[in-house]
Amino acid sequence: MAAKRITREYAEISESPPSGINVSLDNDNVHKWNVVMAGPEGSPYAGGTFHLSLTLPPEYPFKAPVLSFKTRIYHPNVTNDEKGSMCIGILKSESWKPSSKILAVLLAVQDLLREPVPDDALEAQIADKFKNDRPGFERDAKDAVKRWAK
Amino acid sequence: MDSDDEYMSGLSSEGEDNILQDESDEEGSDGDDFGFEDDEEPEPDLGYSQKDSVKKEKKSFDINFKVYHPADIQTQQDELINEVNMILDIRKEDAAILLRHFRWNKERLIEDYMDRPNKVLESAGLGPSTSGLQLESIMGFTCDICYEDDGTQTFAMKCGHRYCVDCYKQYLGQKIIEEGEAARIQCPNDGCKRIMDSKSLDLLVTADLQQRYHEILTRTFVEDKDHLKWCPAPDCQNAIECGIKKKDLDKVVPTVACDCKHRFCFGCGIPDHQPAPCDLVKKWLKKCADDSETANWISANTKECPKCGSTIEKNGGCNHMTCRKCKNEFCWMCMGIWSEHGTSWYNCNRFEEKSGSEARDAQAKSRISLERYLHYYNRYANHELSAKLDKDLYQKTEKKMIQLQTASGMSWIEVQYLNTASQALQTCRQTLKWTYAFAFYLARNNLTIMFEDNQKDLEMAVEALSEMFEKPVTELADAKLKVDIMDKTSYCNKRRVILLADTADNLANGVWSWGISF
Repeated sequence: MAAKRITREYAEISESPPSGINVSLDNDNVHKWNVVMAGPEGSPYAGGTFHLSLTLPPEYPFKAPVLSFKTRIYHPNVTNDEKGSMCIGILKSESWKPSSKILAVLLAVQDLLREPVPDDALEAQIADKFKNDRPGFERDAKDAVKRWAK
Repeated sequence: MDSDDEYMSGLSSEGEDNILQDESDEEGSDGDDFGFEDDEEPEPDLGYSQKDSVKKEKKSFDINFKVYHPADIQTQQDELINEVNMILDIRKEDAAILLRHFRWNKERLIEDYMDRPNKVLESAGLGPSTSGLQLESIMGFTCDICYEDDGTQTFAMKCGHRYCVDCYKQYLGQKIIEEGEAARIQCPNDGCKRIMDSKSLDLLVTADLQQRYHEILTRTFVEDKDHLKWCPAPDCQNAIECGIKKKDLDKVVPTVACDCKHRFCFGCGIPDHQPAPCDLVKKWLKKCADDSETANWISANTKECPKCGSTIEKNGGCNHMTCRKCKNEFCWMCMGIWSEHGTSWYNCNRFEEKSGSEARDAQAKSRISLERYLHYYNRYANHELSAKLDKDLYQKTEKKMIQLQTASGMSWIEVQYLNTASQALQTCRQTLKWTYAFAFYLARNNLTIMFEDNQKDLEMAVEALSEMFEKPVTELADAKLKVDIMDKTSYCNKRRVILLADTADNLANGVWSWGISF
C-alpha cells in the first residue's frame, strides 16, 4: 500500500528536484534514501555539501521518516557527532501527518540550515553561541564546513 | 460484638466453607461466613474493636477523599458531557472534545464559549465545518495518503479532508496502539488541527480498537483532573478523588485508602507514609538509596586517617598503615602515629598515648553523623522488613484462626480478634517505620522528646502485641490471652492515633524544628 506512495514521491523528487537537493535510493531500497544537500546560499553552510540519510519506517506514511546527517555539521539542531541526529518539528510524532510529504521535510531541513532554531537545540553550547555571538558562530560553522563538508 | 454478629448474619459465602466442615460440629453455620475477611473496615488501622466511638471518629490527620470505580469514572464523564451538550447545544462528541481541551473544567469552558464560540471551537480542534456525507464512495478519487485511486470507500470529518477508509484505519491504529493517543488525534491532513471525534472513530475502526480508544480516553480523564489519581496498586482500576492542594503538602500528609485496601499518599503516590511529609520522604528515600549500602559498608570496614580524615579500607594484614593521600603513617589498632610505636606495634602498648587518643576522638566525631543516620535507618529498615512480611503474617493469621476454631470450638466471629490484631500490627509498623525517617530530620528539643516518647510507647506496645500474637495456638485459645490481645490491639491503635494526631497538628501549625533540612 505504501509502495505506490513512496514510489510516486521518489519519482516526483528525483524528476524535478528542488534546487540544491538530490536524492537517490540506497541499494534500490525504497525505504532508504540518500540525500545530498548543498549548503544554502547566504548561510554559513554555503559551499558545503551535506550527505543525509532518510529512512522510511515500515509504517510510513503513518509514522514519520527518520533523518540524519551523515556529514558532520556544526549546527544547534543537529548533534555534533557521527550520528548527526536532528530535531525538526515536522518529524515529531505529534506533528507528522500521513499526508505530510518528504519534499516538505527536505525543504524544512534547508530552512533549518538557513535559520537555526536555538530554542529547540540539541547542542546547547552551539545554540548559546548562535544567540549571543553570531559572528563567532558563523566563523565556527564556516570552519566546520571547510573541515567536514568539502 | 453483637452488632458484628448482626452485620454478618445477612451474608453468606459459598466455597470456602469446606475447610471447616469436618472439624467444627456446632459452628458449621459460621463456617459459611469464613470467606468474608474482605468485608471489614476500609480503614484497617481500626478494625472492629469494642471501641465503636473511636472507630467512627474522624481524626485530625484524616483527610476527605472518595473512591471511584471504573463505572463511576465513566458516569462522571458522561454527566459532564451531557451537561455541556445541553447548555451549549452542541453534539455530544464535540462537547467531549471541548471538555478535554479545557481539562474538564466545565465552568471555564462554558464561560469562554459564551464569549467567543468560534475561537474556542477553533483552538479545541473543532474549526470551521463543511457539511455533507462523511462516508462516501467517490469515483475517480485519489487518496492523498496512499495515492490509490481504485474507488474504495472514503471518509472525511467535518473539516472536509477526505481520505480512503483504509488509510484512516491504519492511521488510527498507529495513533491508538503505537502512540497510546486518543484525545488528541488530529485529522490526517498536514496542518489540520481538527480533532477526531469518538463518533467518527466508531464508524471507522474495529470493536477492539474502539475499546482501547475509550480506555485511553478514560485514562486521560483521570490524568487531566487535578483532584483525581489512579490507585497505584497492581491491577486496581479505581481512582481516588481528593481535594488536597500541592502547596499544603508540607502541612498535611494525605493518606487515602482505596476500596482495594491499598493505602497510599495522595500527594506523592507511594504507600502510606504518615507522619512524615512528602518532601521529607522523598529526601529520605533518596538518601537511603544513595547512602545506606555504602554507609553500612564504610562503617563496618573502614576507619579515617587520623591526620587528613580520608576513609581507609584495610585490605591487608599489616597494622602499619600509610595514608595514600597525606602519607601519614599510623597504627590501625590504636590510630596513633606509627613512629611512636617503635617495633613493638603488635602489643599496641601506646594505647594511652596522646596522639592516639586524640585521633580516636576525631574519628569518633566524624563517625557520629554516620552512626546517627544508621541508627534511624536500621530502625526504619527493620519496620519496613516487617511490613514486607505483612502478607505472610496475614496468611499465618488466617491459618491460626482456623486452627483456633477447631481447637477451642470458638466461632468465626470469636476469632476475629486475631485478624484485627494482625491488621493493627501491620498498620502500626508502617507508621513506626516513617517515624524514624521523620525523627532523623528533627532538631533536638522538647517537642522532639515528646515525639520520641510517643514513638517509644507505640513501639513497645507493638512489640508486646507481636509477641503475644506469635504464641502457639494452644495458648491463644486461653480466654485471658484473648482479652490481653484485644486490649493490646486497641491500645496500639490508640497510641498510633495519638502519635499521628500530635505530629499532624504540629506539622499543620508549622512548629516542628528541623535539624537537617529537606
